[in-house]
Amino acid sequence: MSHPGWVSRGVVLLQRHDLHWVLLLVLGWLFLGAIGLLRPHSLRFVARGLFPAGAVLGLGVALLGAVALLAGQAPQAMVLPLGLPNLPFHLRLDALSGFFLLLMGVAGAGISIFAAGYFRSGEGTAPGLLGLHYHIFLASMALVVLADDAYFFMVAWELMALSSYFLVVSQHRLPEIRRAGFLYLLMAHLGALCLLLCFGVLQGGKWQFTFDAMRGAPLAPLWATVAFLLALLGFGAKAGLVPLHGWLPEAHPAAPSPVSAMMSGLMLKTAVYGMLRITFDLLHIQFWQWGVLVLVLGLFSALYGAIFAGVKTDMKRLLAYSSIENIGIIFTGIGLAILFAACHLPLFAALALSAALLHALNHAFFKSLLFLATGNVLHATKRRSLGALGGLAHTMPWVATLALVGTLAIAGLPPLNGFVSEWLLLQAFLFTPRIPHPFINMLVPLGAAVLALTVALAAYVMVKFYGIIFLGQPREPALAEAHDANWLERIGLTWLALGCIAIGVLPQIALRATGAVTGLLLGQTVNLSSRIWWIAPIGAKQASYSGLLLLAGIICVVGITFVAVRILAHGRFRRTVPWDCGYPWQTSRMQDTAEGFGQPIRHIFGSAFDMERELPSPSDSAPRYRIHVEDRLWRMAYVPIARAVQRLSDSIGVLQGGRLAIYLLYSFLTLLGLLAGVL
Amino acid sequence: MSPITMVRQFGEVLLAITLAPLFVGWTAQCRAWLQSRTAPPLAQPYRMLRKLFHKDVALAAGATPLFRMTPYILFGSMVLAAAIIPSIATDLPFARVADAIALIGLFATARVFQSLAAMDIGTAFGTMGARREMMVGFLAEPALLMVLFNAFLLSGSTALPSVVDAYSAGPLSINPSLTFAGVAFVMVLLAENARIPIDNPSTHLELTMIHEAMLLEYSARHLALIEWASSLKLFNYACIGFALFLPWGIATHGADGGWALLLAAGALIGKLIVFGAALALVESLSAKLRIFRAPEYLATAFLLAVLGLLVHLLLGS
Repeated sequence: MSHPGWVSRGVVLLQRHDLHWVLLLVLGWLFLGAIGLLRPHSLRFVARGLFPAGAVLGLGVALLGAVALLAGQAPQAMVLPLGLPNLPFHLRLDALSGFFLLLMGVAGAGISIFAAGYFRSGEGTAPGLLGLHYHIFLASMALVVLADDAYFFMVAWELMALSSYFLVVSQHRLPEIRRAGFLYLLMAHLGALCLLLCFGVLQGGKWQFTFDAMRGAPLAPLWATVAFLLALLGFGAKAGLVPLHGWLPEAHPAAPSPVSAMMSGLMLKTAVYGMLRITFDLLHIQFWQWGVLVLVLGLFSALYGAIFAGVKTDMKRLLAYSSIENIGIIFTGIGLAILFAACHLPLFAALALSAALLHALNHAFFKSLLFLATGNVLHATKRRSLGALGGLAHTMPWVATLALVGTLAIAGLPPLNGFVSEWLLLQAFLFTPRIPHPFINMLVPLGAAVLALTVALAAYVMVKFYGIIFLGQPREPALAEAHDANWLERIGLTWLALGCIAIGVLPQIALRATGAVTGLLLGQTVNLSSRIWWIAPIGAKQASYSGLLLLAGIICVVGITFVAVRILAHGRFRRTVPWDCGYPWQTSRMQDTAEGFGQPIRHIFGSAFDMERELPSPSDSAPRYRIHVEDRLWRMAYVPIARAVQRLSDSIGVLQGGRLAIYLLYSFLTLLGLLAGVL
Repeated sequence: MSPITMVRQFGEVLLAITLAPLFVGWTAQCRAWLQSRTAPPLAQPYRMLRKLFHKDVALAAGATPLFRMTPYILFGSMVLAAAIIPSIATDLPFARVADAIALIGLFATARVFQSLAAMDIGTAFGTMGARREMMVGFLAEPALLMVLFNAFLLSGSTALPSVVDAYSAGPLSINPSLTFAGVAFVMVLLAENARIPIDNPSTHLELTMIHEAMLLEYSARHLALIEWASSLKLFNYACIGFALFLPWGIATHGADGGWALLLAAGALIGKLIVFGAALALVESLSAKLRIFRAPEYLATAFLLAVLGLLVHLLLGS
């Protein structure tokens, strides 16, 4: 590679102090949050000043992450003189953390610049406080991927959970939002508890809690499995793997849209990071059974999320379920990678892991984009229910166009980015018959069919999402006055949409980035083509794909067709009323509602739901149709557990009489018991 | 890129564009004969297209640019697909751009655009058609993928030209797994191309139509492009089927001079004639299913493809 001299000098300078620079930028985020408190009620100062600065810092973090990733150097480590007396904070920057820093920086920059234009005064928490939580959230996510000892990891992890909790409940005057926030906090702490135990197992009896010590502490297969399962529980709860997903569709919609975007696009990825760190880095062996477990959970979550997204009628809740689906796809890739790695097929493991990582990156772009777009719709219309929207493409052309990019990307359609990662994952599935375990090699290929079903369902869901919000006729008259995004919001949306397009047409660049990670974790990369516009991860003979040429081909053919039609025929048209089989009287209420669009899914996957329907009787003078669809797992798993906990605490509560004499009696009896024990 | 390669690539695309409406005409002709009706002439689809191209577009008042772009995107993606599928030769420079999975993705892109365009005007039938089309799509995709899995296991590639090359290198034999996969593929083909038993291309009965419901608001040149694109889609699916299950006659790598290409074109036309007649026969013998029987139908296709997969893995053939 031939760079001009100053570029390579700059890269060398960045490389040498990469970790220091990253830390500086992270501290910069914390600083931005803190100075917001100087004028907490000034929206102008916080939104127009601090959030754009945070976006610039995000770009810096992304750049440094990319340097760590692509420079191919040894990991950098650092010890901060903070923390416990004999366990100071350890930090480390390697390809894996570099990749996730890149992801957070790039997508976070887009979200921050959007947020600069988004927040309005008088919405819940004061802007200064919101800015503080927001920037602590960003910084803590970066620290999670930099942490190199269990204690610092947990500190950063908790900081992330708490700051995001305060962001979720920023509209804390609404009771349902407080409830969602509580559920989120609860699940986050159950997960954190599992992680704490996991680290306890990982130290392997040496009581050394740095990750380096854990790497050097080989565990017996049983304890390795225990550690892996605890990690799966802990990170699964954060990622929203079914059945630990209960909080996700509550908390993500409750937060303001940029925060929803951060939680879905970025925070869920820290769980992916943790899973990879523990499975492939800290644990020195992998068993194929783990892979099958993760694979099954991933596929189940993916399908479950897609089905529920299909029946949900609240646009942010729909996207939250779609996040569960995408996390499922990412975990499917991880499961497949574990399976291949355990069977000593490193090339295919690298393929599956690349797919998972790339999907994580893609999801950060398109899910953030769509959540931000719902924020615009929410501000313009004050409506979250799909049933009250429609026809916004006319009044909000910017949001509609950019959301279309996100919609096509998340639906997994070429030539955009969502397709590339799903294509890679399907390619990885094609090699599962080579797994040297009978039955597994016959059943795992069926996972590809589940994945294909999920991806196709996602396309269904996104057609519903986009079509009902932006296309058709406005379902309420007030929608005609909806306003488009302001210029800061447009920049944020455009940035994320460009990311979707760029990764889609030049996936080779992203594969280089994931290649550095798979090289670190598996010692293997997929085949990287020498031409930037091709990918052929296993070999050109097996399969190749070029997003750029596909896009160029479509544009060429469409252009030629357009010109040919104009020349050979004509371009005349006139506007008329819609035809609609000649029905003269049409209203916007005759369009499919969100419920109607979900009907085939309710019909086909009926057994997955708890459904309540109110059908009008034929003689009703004011007929009303209502349908309510609930998560069956909610009733079957969450409610019984909550009841059991409640009952248990009630029975313990009997001890709490409220009289001082009784409490003194307890102390006395305890003392007696202890004395009896000692004597 | 040598001139003969260019000739192959562009010749194939032009052949697809010209043959596709004729193939639809041929199928309609066979169907009319089988049902004892007077058959329309073979070139009837072309007459239709000419008529439509000459008319003025009547555009519904609320149409967005998406609505007007969609016919071009549909036509463009189908032409592109025709450039990728090895219908007469395998040494195509453009074929590397997308393997069979990406090809399914390209079809899915076309489907999503068509469904979005159908929702654009905001009429009852448009949205209903979009919903049904997407439903058939998500049910058909797993089955189609399993069919490709079968082909991959036999040839070690998902790139269609490599599949054809691999088949032609081996001895000519009908593989048991491919038989199952072939039946599954035909079932998917019928569903994806809006044919009986899932949809009826010649109906305008409001409550049963899928594909036609999405086109209700289109007229003139837009409609012509969409009709042409749907005939290209059928043609493309047929050619994918030929590549996977009946690859004989396709000019393979290294043996694709002028005569081989002519022979391949002849073989393609022969296969299309037989396949069109068979398609008409199937459509005449079966009745349209209720829309909610579609999942069962496509699940059958899926299971057949899985059966093919298991047969291959168990027999190791």
